[in-house]
Amino acid sequence: MAASTLRYGRLRVVSAVAVIGFLLTSCGGSSDASDEVRVSAASSLSLAFAALGSAFEALNPGVDVVLNIGGSSLLREQILEGAPVDVYASASTDTMAPIVDGGLSDGNATVFVRGFLAIAVPAGNPAHVTGLDDFGNEELLIGLCDVVVPCGAYARQVMSRAGVEPAVDTNEPNVRSLLTKIEAGELDAGIVYMTDVRSASGGVEGIEIPDAVNVAADYPIAVIVEGPNTVGGRAFVDFVMSGVGQEILAGFGFVTP
Amino acid sequence: MSRAQSSHGPSRPPIAFVVLAAIAVVFFLLPLIGLLARTPWSDLVSLLASEVVADALVLSAIASFAAVTISTVVGVPLAWVLARVDFRGRALVRGLVLLPLVLPPVVGGAALLFALGRRGVVGEPLYEATGLVLPFSIWGVVIAVTFVSMPFLVLTVEGALRNVDVRFEGAAASLGAGGWTVFRRVTLPMIGPSLAAGMVLTWARAIGEFGATVTFAGNLAGETQTLPLAVFVALETNRDTATALSLLMVAISLTVLVLLRDRWLRPQ
Repeated sequence: MAASTLRYGRLRVVSAVAVIGFLLTSCGGSSDASDEVRVSAASSLSLAFAALGSAFEALNPGVDVVLNIGGSSLLREQILEGAPVDVYASASTDTMAPIVDGGLSDGNATVFVRGFLAIAVPAGNPAHVTGLDDFGNEELLIGLCDVVVPCGAYARQVMSRAGVEPAVDTNEPNVRSLLTKIEAGELDAGIVYMTDVRSASGGVEGIEIPDAVNVAADYPIAVIVEGPNTVGGRAFVDFVMSGVGQEILAGFGFVTP
Repeated sequence: MSRAQSSHGPSRPPIAFVVLAAIAVVFFLLPLIGLLARTPWSDLVSLLASEVVADALVLSAIASFAAVTISTVVGVPLAWVLARVDFRGRALVRGLVLLPLVLPPVVGGAALLFALGRRGVVGEPLYEATGLVLPFSIWGVVIAVTFVSMPFLVLTVEGALRNVDVRFEGAAASLGAGGWTVFRRVTLPMIGPSLAAGMVLTWARAIGEFGATVTFAGNLAGETQTLPLAVFVALETNRDTATALSLLMVAISLTVLVLLRDRWLRPQ
C-alpha cells in the first residue's frame, strides 16, 4: 500500500510541476486582426517606437501598432523563419542585408535615422570613468554588447579607432540588458547608444565619445512583403519618414540622416 | 523503455487515452524533428570542435551538477520541514519556493542582481567585507541556475514525504533510532526514487537555464557562457553552429535522462 501511494504521489507532483512549467513558459496566443501593424524594432528603438506607435494609432483610429522588440539579429532570424511581421526596423545595415538580399523586403531598406554611441556609467560614476582609456582597465567591470548585435559591433569599431583593447567582463545579448546592469551599478562602464543614455531616467550618466572615434549607426527600415498587413506596414514606414515621425525620433536623440 | 507494461498495468487503455497520448508525443517530437532537419550533419564535428564550445560544455556541466548538489543539500531538509513540521507561515514558505517557477527567468536574474550584486541588498555588504563580486563569475552562474532549478527538487521530495507512511518512522523511533538514523535508514529509502526524480528534473532545468544566467552572471566565453548562452549568441550569427550546439545539448540530456530512468527510476 505504502509503495503504491508513494508512486502515485511522485507522479502527481512531477506532473503538477510539468503542467505549471508548461503554463508559465508558453506564450500567449496571437490574434489576426487586419487592423494590426506588426513592427519588429531593435532594442535601442524601443522607447522611440512606442511613441511612434502611439502617434500613428492616434492618426489612424482603429489601427493597432504591435511592437516586437528585441536584438536586431534575433528579429531578423524570426523574419527569415517566416514570422508574421509587417515592418522591420534594425540597428544596422548589416543585419538588414539578409532580409533585402532574400527578397523578403518590399524593395530596398531605407535609412530612416542615425544614432551615435556614448559611454554609459552608473549614476554618480562611482568608478570615476573619464573616457575610452578606462575600458582597458582590468580592475573595472566593463560590459559591451556582444559582437553579434549591432551595438557590440559598433562599440568594437570605436574601441579599435581609439586604440583601446577593452577588458570585457560580459558581452550582453542586447543593449537593454547592458543598460540594466549599468543602471544597477553592477558594471562600471559600457558603450551604448547616445539615445539610451538620454532615455535612461537618471540611473545612468553619459560620457561623450569624441567625434573622431565615434561611429554613426545607420538604422534601416523595410516593409516585409510576406507580412499579414503590408498596406498598414507601408503607411507606418511613411509615417516614420515624415516630418512628424522624424520629430518624434529627434526627441529621443536620433539624428535625421 | 518498453519492458514495464506487461504484468501489473491495466489490461487495455481506453482508446481515447492512446490517441491523446499520441498527440502529446507528437507535440514533443516535432521540435526535435525540426532541429534534426536543420542539422548540418556533414559539418557537425567541425562546428562543435571549438574552444568556445568546449568551455561552455565544461561550465554547463560544473554549474548543473553544483546546482543539483546544493539543491539536494538544502532542498531535502527544506522539503522535510515543509512536509513534516506544522508551523505558522508554511504556506508562505511553500509559495516562496514556487517563486522561481513563477518569475520569468530574466526577472529572477534581475532580482538576484538587486539582492546579490555588487550594489545589492546583501551583495554590497558582502563586497565591502570580502571584495567578492558574484555576478560575472562562475559563482554567479551557479547561483542563477540553482535559484531556478531547486524548486523542482523541493516540490518533488515534499510530495514524496507526504505520501510516506509515518508509522514506519514512528516504529523505528520507538525502537530507539535517533531522528537522523530514522531519516537515513527508513525515510530516505522510501523516498529514494522521488529524490532521484527530483535531482534529474533539477539537473535538466539547470542545464537548459538561460534567462537568469545571462541577467545575473552575464555572458563571457570561457567565464560565464554556458551552453544555452553559446546557443543564443550563435543563433545571431551562425545558425548551423546554433543548431549543432542545440543538438549536442539534446543528445547529452536525453542520454542522461534515459540512462537514469532505466537505472533508478524504474517502477518497483
